[in-house]
This record gives sequence, structure tokens and C-alpha cells, in this order.
Amino acid sequence: MNTQLRRVLTFGGLGLILVYCLAPFYWMAVSAFRRPSDQFELTPLPAPFSLDNMTAVFSPGVGFGRSLLNSLVVAGTTTVLTLIIGVSAAYALARLHFRFKNAVAALIIATSMFPGISLLVPLLALFTDIGWINTYQSMIVPSLSFALPLAVWNLTAFFRQMPEELEQAAMIDGCTRGQAFRKVILPLAAPGIFTTAIITFIAAWNEFIIALSMVNDSSMQTATVAISRFTGAYGFDQPFGTQMAAGVIVTVPLVVMVLLFQRRIIAGLTAGGVK
Amino acid sequence: MTVVARRARGATSGAGRLAVALLSPTFVVLALVVGYPLVAALRESVFREGTDLDESGFVVEGARFVGVDNYASVFAGESAVRFWNAFSNTTVFTVITVSLEVVIGVGMALVMHHALCWRGVVRASILVPWAVPTAVSALLWRWIFQADGVANSIIGQQVLWTTEGWQAKFAIILADVWKTAPFVGLLVLAGLQIIPNDVYEAARVDGASPWRQFWRITLPLVKPALLVAVLFRVLDALRMFDLPYVLIGPRKASAETLSMLAFEEAASLRFGPAAAYATLLFVYVAVTALVFVRLLGADVIGAARERAAKR
Repeated sequence: MNTQLRRVLTFGGLGLILVYCLAPFYWMAVSAFRRPSDQFELTPLPAPFSLDNMTAVFSPGVGFGRSLLNSLVVAGTTTVLTLIIGVSAAYALARLHFRFKNAVAALIIATSMFPGISLLVPLLALFTDIGWINTYQSMIVPSLSFALPLAVWNLTAFFRQMPEELEQAAMIDGCTRGQAFRKVILPLAAPGIFTTAIITFIAAWNEFIIALSMVNDSSMQTATVAISRFTGAYGFDQPFGTQMAAGVIVTVPLVVMVLLFQRRIIAGLTAGGVK
Repeated sequence: MTVVARRARGATSGAGRLAVALLSPTFVVLALVVGYPLVAALRESVFREGTDLDESGFVVEGARFVGVDNYASVFAGESAVRFWNAFSNTTVFTVITVSLEVVIGVGMALVMHHALCWRGVVRASILVPWAVPTAVSALLWRWIFQADGVANSIIGQQVLWTTEGWQAKFAIILADVWKTAPFVGLLVLAGLQIIPNDVYEAARVDGASPWRQFWRITLPLVKPALLVAVLFRVLDALRMFDLPYVLIGPRKASAETLSMLAFEEAASLRFGPAAAYATLLFVYVAVTALVFVRLLGADVIGAARERAAKR
């Protein structure tokens, strides 16, 4: 194949990928900024540009601000808990040599593959009994089931990349292993921990089925559930404009994070190989 | 690791105890949020809630032990039809979406691998579908597939995509492939990047065509990364819930998956049958994972370690 043709093909391919990935997202943004009266227009740009849908999302009756706050609390707490619990396990898997290490690693990764619903049915029964329905903890605790394996897996990959000489030097200088970990490894692993935090946060933020099952009080709904439940002013009309606007609001922070930390996130995703 | 290095660390004797200490928080939490529910689901699946009459005609309340009744009723009568429909939907969605994602993902990875410029932009944009919450992407596609939406105006037809029938299945498959093919592409790209260039050099010297190079070099060498990606995608697709639930809606025969079926039962407080469905789904997922690891040799732990080591 000559180079000219190859370049054309590559460029065409790149263009296709861009359109593939961004066109539906772009359509969501365009629809969000149309006037509700010309919601069904098909022009590629919103004309006239309008913020009506955006203001509708935050109108007092909808309570979307509260839903965003709920999402932030649930995803944020899940992320912090996961990192605190998972970081030591990841360090052990990356650095220590002990029996059954592979079995332990396999077990942790296997737990992340269990279907959410199999865990949810008994937890729903349990939480109903102990009065946890409509609480933050009823969403945070089940979220750990997928967030923790994900975080351990990512962190392990990051710890493995760090040269072992670092701790060895610290330990020769008189640190215990614990001190070496706290004072040398942890500060140096900060970028990896940060990346893991982003990936875990996005996973927890996007969670749907747990929040849908554990909460029936609309003031405790997370944003993803709230959007799917928006009701229109006219009975069966689905308020797509408002939903698209809310979708943009929920997604844009994630997209900005993704664009800023693109390189790190890709390294994290492919190292862990987990969603 | 060499023997010398191992001896230099000198701490292997206490490593076991330290490992237990470091790993126990994670295992305690996982035992509570994963282990307990799995056992409880199994236990619950052999009970049935509600008021009922026992053999001698007395009214009994609360959970009763019913043995395999919940499972038996899954496979009998009307619920059997619903179960097998959900089972086949789940399987069809998984097989079709994952196959399409592999083809598209490999294509994307090849393009990105050969691109000299624009790489950053494309790599960033490829993360966008991954970052969009599934529930939001389902709404987005519902909007695109509206009767008077953009999809119909592009093809110039009036198809009712999000009601029932093959259209609904098509809409789900398209939306799922859109969201996850780029993710497969990323994993495959990581696999492509560790193939040394000399191999291609040698093939070119020997006169192998690009097509042949792809089948004989690229694909076999990228296979470990691809298998892991496929395994993750398959297990994820088998528990598909958000997308059909929001895009098409609950209780629609053409879109109902096993997760949705179990959810519906649990939402109507029939925990026994719900647990039975959930356990059956779990067995399905576990068997699939086992087949992948045993028969196809998907080396989940090894592949990740290798990639980390090569970096």
C-alpha cells in the first residue's frame, strides 16, 4: 500500500472515530439548548439559542439540585471509602510475596464481575428490615461491591510500576515497611491514586440500578435516576428537552475530567482492564 | 524476581502476616457486600413470602421454606415463557453487541495505532462515550430514536424504534455498541502498543501483505489483550439493565433481560422468585467466565501484569 493512500485511510478513519464518538453527544447538547417550542427541529445548531431547558431543570418543583448533591455525596463517599480500604490491599498484592497471592487477586477481580442484581435482591430485603431504605448508606454500601475491586485492581497496577528500589532504599535507611509505604510510596503514588479516584468516582456517579432499587423518596434520588424519572407537564409527553439539558449537566463535569486527565485515565483503564 | 533480590529484601518470612493485615479490610468489606448477599440470595431463593394456606388449611404468614419451588416455578407455565424470553434476549444482546464491539474496537485501535497526529484528540474523544452515564446515554438514544426524531429523518422512514419488536432490539444493540466499542478499542490499542516493530519489519522484508500481516501477526499477538476485553464485556453485557430499562422501558418482552426480570420481581416484593432469577443469572455469568478462562485461556491476571511490567 502506498503511503499516500495509507494517510488518507488513516485520516478518514480518525474522522470516522471522532464523528462516531462525539455526534450523539453533540446532538444531546444541541437539543439541550433549543427552545422547548422548537424542540423537534433538526437544524445542526440551536437557532435561536435558548437556556429555557436548563432553567427548567433547576426549577424548584424538579429538585434536580438536590439529586446532584445526592449523587455527589454517594459517589464521593464511595470513592473515599474505597481508596482508604483498597490502598493497603493493592500494596500487598503488588509488593509482598505470599502464598495464594494469585488466588487472592483472582477472587478480588471475580467479585467485580458478579451481576449487581444478584447482590441487590438480598440487600434490598435486608435494608428494608433494618430501615435503611432512602438513606445514603443504602446506596454507598452496595456501591462498594463494584468500586472496591475496581480500585484495588487499578492501584495494584500503579504500585507495580513503581521501582522496588524505592522501598528498599528507605528500608536500608532504617524505615520499617510501614514507614516506607507511608513516607515514600504513598506520596509518589499520588498520581496513580488520583487516577483511581477519578475512575472510581465516574463508575459510582454513573451507577443506576442500586440507586433505583434502594430509594423511592424523590428527595434522595441520585441524578441518573432523577433524569430517567423526569415527567413532562403534559402527561405522557416525555420532556426530552429537559432530560437532554439534565444529561448535559450530569455529563459535562465527567467529560471535562476525562479531557483533562485523558492520558492518566487511559493508563488506568488499560492497566486494570476493568470498566 | 531473582533469588538475590528476594534475599536482599529479607522480609519474606513476615510477609504472609503483613499481607493478611493489609488485605483483611478489603476482604471484610467484600465479604459483607458480596459474600453475604450471594449466600443470602441462595437462602432466600428457597423461601416464599406472603400469606398462604398450609396442607391442613391453616393460614401461615411470613417466609416459608419451599425448597426448589421458586426454581421449579421459573421453569413452568407462564413464568417459563418469560424467563426463557429474558434468557434469550440477554444472550442475543451479549453475543451481538460484543461481536460488533470487537470488530469496531479493533478497527478503531488500528486506526489510532497508525495515526501520527491528532492522536491526543481522538484518544480523548474516545473516552466520551465511556464517561456518559448509561442511563443518560439511554435517554439520549431514546431521543434520537423518537418517532419524529433525528434517526427517522436521516433514513427518511417512520419506524417506531422504542416500542416493541426487532426495532427495540436494534436500538438497544446500537446504543450499547456506541457506548462500549471505544472502550474495547482502548484495551486493544494498549495490546497493539506492546507488539515490537521488528516483527512487522521482518514480515515486510519477507513480502507479507498488510492483510496477511494483520491476520498472522497483529491478531495473534493482540489476542491476550482482546480476550480479556471480551471477557469483561461479555460479563458486563450479561447483566445489562440500565440501557433497556431506560431506552425501552420495563415489562417489554422484546427488551427484558434477566437482570430486569429479577428487578421486577424484587420491586414487587416477591423476594423468593427474585432471588431465584438472580441466582440463575449468577450461575450463567459464572459458567461463562469459567468457560472463558478454561477453554479460551483468558489470562486476566497475567495479561494485566504483563502490560504493567512492560511499561
